[in-house]
Amino acid sequence: MSIETQGNALTFATIDGDAGLRAALALSRADIIDTVTDSGMKGRGGAGFPTGMKWNFCGSEKGERKYIICNADEGEPGTFKDRVILTEFADLVFAGMAIAGRAIGAREGIVYLRGEYTYLRSHLNDVIKKRRAAGLLGKDVGGVKGFDFDIIVALGAGAYICGEETALIESLEGFRGEPRNRPPFPVVAGYRYAPTVVNNVETLASAACIFAKGVDWFKSFGTDRSTGFKLFSISGDCAKPGVYEFPFGIKVADLLKEVGGEDAKAVQIGGASGTCVPRDQFARQMAFEDIPTGGSVMVFGPQRDMLDVAENFLEFFVDESCGQCTPCRLGNVKMLEAAHQLKEGTCSAEYVAQLRSLSGTMQVASKCGLGQTSSNAFMSILEHFGDEIMSRPAQAESARTTA
Amino acid sequence: MLVTQQEQLRADVTALVDKLGPGRSSLIPILQSVKSHYHGVDADAMQIVADLLDIHPVEVYSVATFYAFLDPAPQGEFVVRLCRTISCELAGKDAVARALEGELGIGFGETSADGRFSLDWAACMGMCDQGPALLVNDKVYTRVTPDTVREIAAECRAAKSGHTAERKEGYLV
Repeated sequence: MSIETQGNALTFATIDGDAGLRAALALSRADIIDTVTDSGMKGRGGAGFPTGMKWNFCGSEKGERKYIICNADEGEPGTFKDRVILTEFADLVFAGMAIAGRAIGAREGIVYLRGEYTYLRSHLNDVIKKRRAAGLLGKDVGGVKGFDFDIIVALGAGAYICGEETALIESLEGFRGEPRNRPPFPVVAGYRYAPTVVNNVETLASAACIFAKGVDWFKSFGTDRSTGFKLFSISGDCAKPGVYEFPFGIKVADLLKEVGGEDAKAVQIGGASGTCVPRDQFARQMAFEDIPTGGSVMVFGPQRDMLDVAENFLEFFVDESCGQCTPCRLGNVKMLEAAHQLKEGTCSAEYVAQLRSLSGTMQVASKCGLGQTSSNAFMSILEHFGDEIMSRPAQAESARTTA
Repeated sequence: MLVTQQEQLRADVTALVDKLGPGRSSLIPILQSVKSHYHGVDADAMQIVADLLDIHPVEVYSVATFYAFLDPAPQGEFVVRLCRTISCELAGKDAVARALEGELGIGFGETSADGRFSLDWAACMGMCDQGPALLVNDKVYTRVTPDTVREIAAECRAAKSGHTAERKEGYLV
């Protein structure tokens, strides 16, 4: 097993997370939350919900039991930065979890590790054991009387949908990973219906950095509305794929230059549920105010058939839809059928228009992010590469590779 | 299933319930362990798990069939899962897929007659920068080529059982 990821130098490597934890423990609970709110940090998983606000909602709930869940169900196609963080900077993540636990008043933290990363479990348990021995987990964490906080690692079982926070909670409770209705939000009624904060791996690690280095330092990176630095998982047709750190606001073109993918025809940003950005829009910025992202960038070289890309994403969603909401369960199948029809040259422009309307239905009528976003990639590929796709020579069904 | 096998299974599941507690949240870890050691979750296993957790067997079935890694269907000792997501596809997944089919003598979704291998697809496994990637049980292989497929298959054939390593480390926390 050789899993070495290249990239540029990561700030995480220079931070002492435990200094952050000690700094946070010296503050009152309200001050911890205020610090995170002041930092302007938004969730690193991709949805971009302000972390301070989430902690504040959960912190102000009454309840004996509260939970911090670290969402390590990194299933979004093209995303692998959490794998690197958990491998190299697990201490930072656990420090962040303890800070969050202190802030909201939780005693228990759970890392929900995706089944595909089972090989990381023993490493994470070792780090947890060491931290317990060092007094950074367990009873009176960091010497603060009465602050007990411990972490366990739970293992997923191969379901993309469990990256959605309420589906993740259902899975932890031993049910099918089907998203819940909201409200109530997890901050009010989450794991075992207790107030629960679910944060991405990178969010928790970044929180520890904020306390180690200060709010002003954190805000010196990024843009006004997207503060801080972000890890990007870069794969596809480029010379140097890997995990890179850039401040928010970086232009797509600059990022491609850095990774050796200047000749790209398009990039898919935000994974399969993200959006396809064609070459003429490479001046756009990676930030919540322009292209929001969890950091996945897939580069497609000039020779790539974008319809193949759309088909691959749709096959993924047909497989991974949990099946609860009809627009998602059936809509994705219809979208995939249309991609096949486009390949065979039997799809009319009128039907493409109907697909747009179906995509709209899926966006408004699906319960969770999967159905709301699964048609985005296909729609944006049709929008930007429609001429190329509609004018391609028909391909017999038998000529398609089956996968 | 033989009565003795059934008794063994019941003893195994009982030990797991003792360790993890009889709550509903033990269901997935129990199924993971059963799946890993018995290469499948049959009707008897579902009934036993349901009895011990005091839930309906249909609940167990519904959870087992939901998760890709808990598929109740009998699978081989070595479950080979090739990532089929776009980054691995760009990196040459198709050639690896053909090599796997040839080397193992089975198609995707099938199990070899000797019960050694199952071949399946996986959704993105987070190894996109070093694809094509595949999993053999819990073990990850990256930058796989048709040549390394032959090495991986030989490595598995030489191993006594697909789960020796896991049993040694203690599959459950």
